[in-house]
Amino acid sequence: MREHYSRILATLIRVTGDVDIAQDALQEATVRALQTWSRDGIPEQPRAWLTTVARRCAIDRIRRDLVREAKEAAAVAFTFEDVPEPSDSVVRDDLLRLVFTCCHPSLSLDAQVALSLRTLGGLSTAEVARALMVPEPTMAKRLTRVKQKIRLARIPYRVPSDEELPLRLPAVLSTIYLIFNEGYAAGGGEQVMRIVLIDEALRLGRLVHDLMPDEASATGLLALMLLQDSRRQARVSSQGSVIPLSEQDRTQWNAAGIREGVELVGEALRRTPQEPDAYAVQAAIAACHALAGDFAHTDWDAVISWYDVLLTVQNSPAAQLGRASAIGERDGAEIGLTEVEAIRGLELHAWWHAARAELLHRLDRTEEARAASAQAVELGLNDAHARYLGRVRSPA
Amino acid sequence: MPQYVAILYTKDVDWSHPDQAADMAEYGAFNEAAAAVIRGGAALYPTVTATTVRVSGGKGGEVLASDGPYADTKESLTGFFVLECADLDEAIALAAQIPAAWDGAVEVRPVLPIM
Repeated sequence: MREHYSRILATLIRVTGDVDIAQDALQEATVRALQTWSRDGIPEQPRAWLTTVARRCAIDRIRRDLVREAKEAAAVAFTFEDVPEPSDSVVRDDLLRLVFTCCHPSLSLDAQVALSLRTLGGLSTAEVARALMVPEPTMAKRLTRVKQKIRLARIPYRVPSDEELPLRLPAVLSTIYLIFNEGYAAGGGEQVMRIVLIDEALRLGRLVHDLMPDEASATGLLALMLLQDSRRQARVSSQGSVIPLSEQDRTQWNAAGIREGVELVGEALRRTPQEPDAYAVQAAIAACHALAGDFAHTDWDAVISWYDVLLTVQNSPAAQLGRASAIGERDGAEIGLTEVEAIRGLELHAWWHAARAELLHRLDRTEEARAASAQAVELGLNDAHARYLGRVRSPA
Repeated sequence: MPQYVAILYTKDVDWSHPDQAADMAEYGAFNEAAAAVIRGGAALYPTVTATTVRVSGGKGGEVLASDGPYADTKESLTGFFVLECADLDEAIALAAQIPAAWDGAVEVRPVLPIM
């Protein structure tokens, strides 16, 4: 039922012009479906059935609302088309509209994530609340406010024009990646809901990639998420602690995910030879790891080169740190530490201290390693990673 | 058609001062370009001329008038436009044409339709 949800919803939103009305109508249709189908069996075309019934519910609701507002003339304007099911290309357009509306820049990031999970992901309000570790009433209020803003401020339900696309697509992708990272950050929260978030992000990433196959950034993001997620089984121990890349059992890595991810990286990079897309480059780095039989045989030269490329398009602390750590792997802890400590301005980043702690530990500078890892934990390194660092602090 | 107010936040300047002539020329250009959709608006004197009014204890209570704007913000509320736009994207695109957006900020808010 959930796969149909976003498709039907997207069309209903276009037809009714209102997210709330569309959702309520679909909800009603779903309830009726469960009643009718358990009695009469599942129809030949369940999606068409649902769409038709939902449209009828929506019309009834709109007519009731309009009568209440005493604007009867307007009620006549809305007609019921007896079309069995919109074509694939219409659904594709409707879904794209929904994607871009959910990720409109005038909505806060929290709002974008919540609405995307609720409408595109088809998660219930309770599920979204659990996944993001927010009390359900808070999430319900957040969703109500978002839909209110869309309605009152008249956020248009459309796909941005070609001129606007370069500005609007990054927002969509970063919201999807945010959902992925919410799920991917191990430790804390229900493991099961974390996986729901990862799966939703992958679904959304795949949807946007399918809807916009020529956009290298969409391809790159999907590749990145697939490659990161391919390590899912090997990342977390049964006790819930994080297993670092260097110690993961690579036989547990998802080979199919890796194959697809690597293919997509190639596709994305081929499409942007002049200025590579940042997601694609990060995915290339992930691919270097994914293709190495073990940590020791990682092609660190390649990893470092990719980081150099990444820094030309995205000069972020994470990228600088990643590059410095890779240099440490290739050239030894001494040089690595120098590189890490040469990065300015990361004194308040937990990860910078964690990287220092790891390298200091390798250099047997135990006291300094302990101090650095203590700083990392104090700056908010999450539980699972802190447990890992705990092994560094008090090595067996 | 729906209306939006574009509220201008800029440095606390006196628009009538000759120093602001260049800026005023830009505003003039905006006024001309957007003439078809501007339904109202005003440039305001600087916040030093502002008075904030409160009535203590609710309706009919003691009127308290104090010096200065309501909010003491980094940028000041120095003007507004009422714009008629089909949707928020149009309103945003227009707001970006207002000089205040180039070095300050423009808040865009939908107007309640006349009941």
